[in-house]
Amino acid sequence: MILQVQEISKRFGGLQALLDVTFDLTEGQILGLIGPNGAGKTTLFNVINGVHQPNSGQVIFRGEKISGLPSYEVARRGLARAHQVVRPLNELTVLENVMVGACFGRERHSLGRAAAIAEQALAQVGLTELAKRLAGGLNVAQKKRLELARALAARPYLLLLDEVLAGLNPSEIAHMMETIREIRHQGYSILMIEHVMQAIMSISDQIIVLDYGQLIAKGSPQEVASNPQVIEAYLGDPEMTARLLAE
Amino acid sequence: MNPFRQSGLWPSFLLVFLGGLVVLVLRQDTMRETAFTVLMFIGLASSLNIIMGYTGYVNFGHIVFFGMGGYFGFYLLSEFGWPLYLAALAGGVMAMAIAFIIGAAVLRLRGAYFALATIGVNQAAGAFVSNFGPFGGSIGLSVNFSAYERYGGAGQALWLTFILLWLVTLAVVVVSYLVRRSRFGLGLIAIREDEDTAMVMGVKAPRDKTKAFLISAFFPGLIGTLYFFKNGNVQPDDAFNFQMSLEVLVMVMLGGNGTLLGPVLGAFCYEKLRDYLLTSVFFKDLQLATTGMILLLIVLFVPGGGVGWLRKRFPGLRKWLE
Repeated sequence: MILQVQEISKRFGGLQALLDVTFDLTEGQILGLIGPNGAGKTTLFNVINGVHQPNSGQVIFRGEKISGLPSYEVARRGLARAHQVVRPLNELTVLENVMVGACFGRERHSLGRAAAIAEQALAQVGLTELAKRLAGGLNVAQKKRLELARALAARPYLLLLDEVLAGLNPSEIAHMMETIREIRHQGYSILMIEHVMQAIMSISDQIIVLDYGQLIAKGSPQEVASNPQVIEAYLGDPEMTARLLAE
Repeated sequence: MNPFRQSGLWPSFLLVFLGGLVVLVLRQDTMRETAFTVLMFIGLASSLNIIMGYTGYVNFGHIVFFGMGGYFGFYLLSEFGWPLYLAALAGGVMAMAIAFIIGAAVLRLRGAYFALATIGVNQAAGAFVSNFGPFGGSIGLSVNFSAYERYGGAGQALWLTFILLWLVTLAVVVVSYLVRRSRFGLGLIAIREDEDTAMVMGVKAPRDKTKAFLISAFFPGLIGTLYFFKNGNVQPDDAFNFQMSLEVLVMVMLGGNGTLLGPVLGAFCYEKLRDYLLTSVFFKDLQLATTGMILLLIVLFVPGGGVGWLRKRFPGLRKWLE
């Protein structure tokens, strides 16, 4: 198990954002995290990578407890993240953005080495031609790729991908899915949040479902899609479920 | 990658180097005085740029380091007879120590809150020194004329101070460049652009911004000691002049926040402009109002300052205009 999330609870004032969330991620697998808007998915990511501290429970990463550590310490232990709301460092070039990942991520390279690694990461996500451009000038699809490249350049053990497909058109989604599959084949473990159902169902090994901060189902994509609780809480529409199952 | 091979350093370095050299060759006292002020402001603006331009923390209290470091260095020099070099270094170290203490409190704040807190720090430091006995309270300290004797008389001492200031200013420019071109500097700029994202990517922001703050505080401490030694006395009003803090900030913005050359050009141009304003019949009472106006116009229309504007307008010049 590369990641073990144990009975995590997180409260913001009167809002119980997460309640007793427990799951494991097997090394080399893609674990999909789905759930309706406001279910607590991004909060769960924030707790895992140290942006928020949980009120109770713990996160174990490669055998070490990481809950309680600040986000930069978590990053140095080999956990990288692509944000849902893209956050490029606007006044830096695309290449420099990715170099930050390589310089301060798990391997903490010097600038020279980081530039080489950043170029590899950019090639992997198909942004090589834009390397010298300022990151603020990219379009949404390119910024999503930049987020991914930055995370990859850190050479992490585990990638947290927060809706990297959101806002992309169908051909861009297909392209991005291809990239994620390649990344997985290189041995990265991935935990991803996604709203594009067809995509997450086809790419994940396992799926967990969050609703109102609680885990209501886990299993293979097929199992999850046919789970009545999921259908009721999340999909709410039996016809759509039937369609998903057919795909 | 050898940072000295790249061209970005040289325009700034040569400007300061040749400017100082011309003054040394011509050896005119009035020219030295003018050049002293310009070099001082280049040093102050370039050091402020490390925390404000690179790291994105707008510091209205930069002059505190100048004042506190200068006071401490001057104290050692006038009361204990320390040699100028050592006293100036001690002033720099003292400024760093103060930055460490202030930083622990205010570097947790971001954006406008940080800026506001630094205004408070500025006022507090002035009030503290005005009431601090060993520093002479509101009267300040002055140096015994004989202190200049060990440097070969007052005339020689002034030239020596000028040369030291010149070297310190060159050092600020080089350090600023090395920071910009380093892994550490990349982390600072990541903090400036988005501190939370930078931390998620592994930048140890609390430590790195403290380091930037300390580096930025060291040089004003040195410069302060040299400046007060040159004047022969130090008073709270000279050392903690909030207007000077503002002016240094305007210089950075005018030349180009976050660039190496910007603070150098900004300090130079602003000094020339101030000379004109102070001596012109129409503007002589409106000098500060004009300063405020300049800041407003820059923030509104050319947020990148002179150098930022040139970089945008002429991308071909980028490798020279660091």
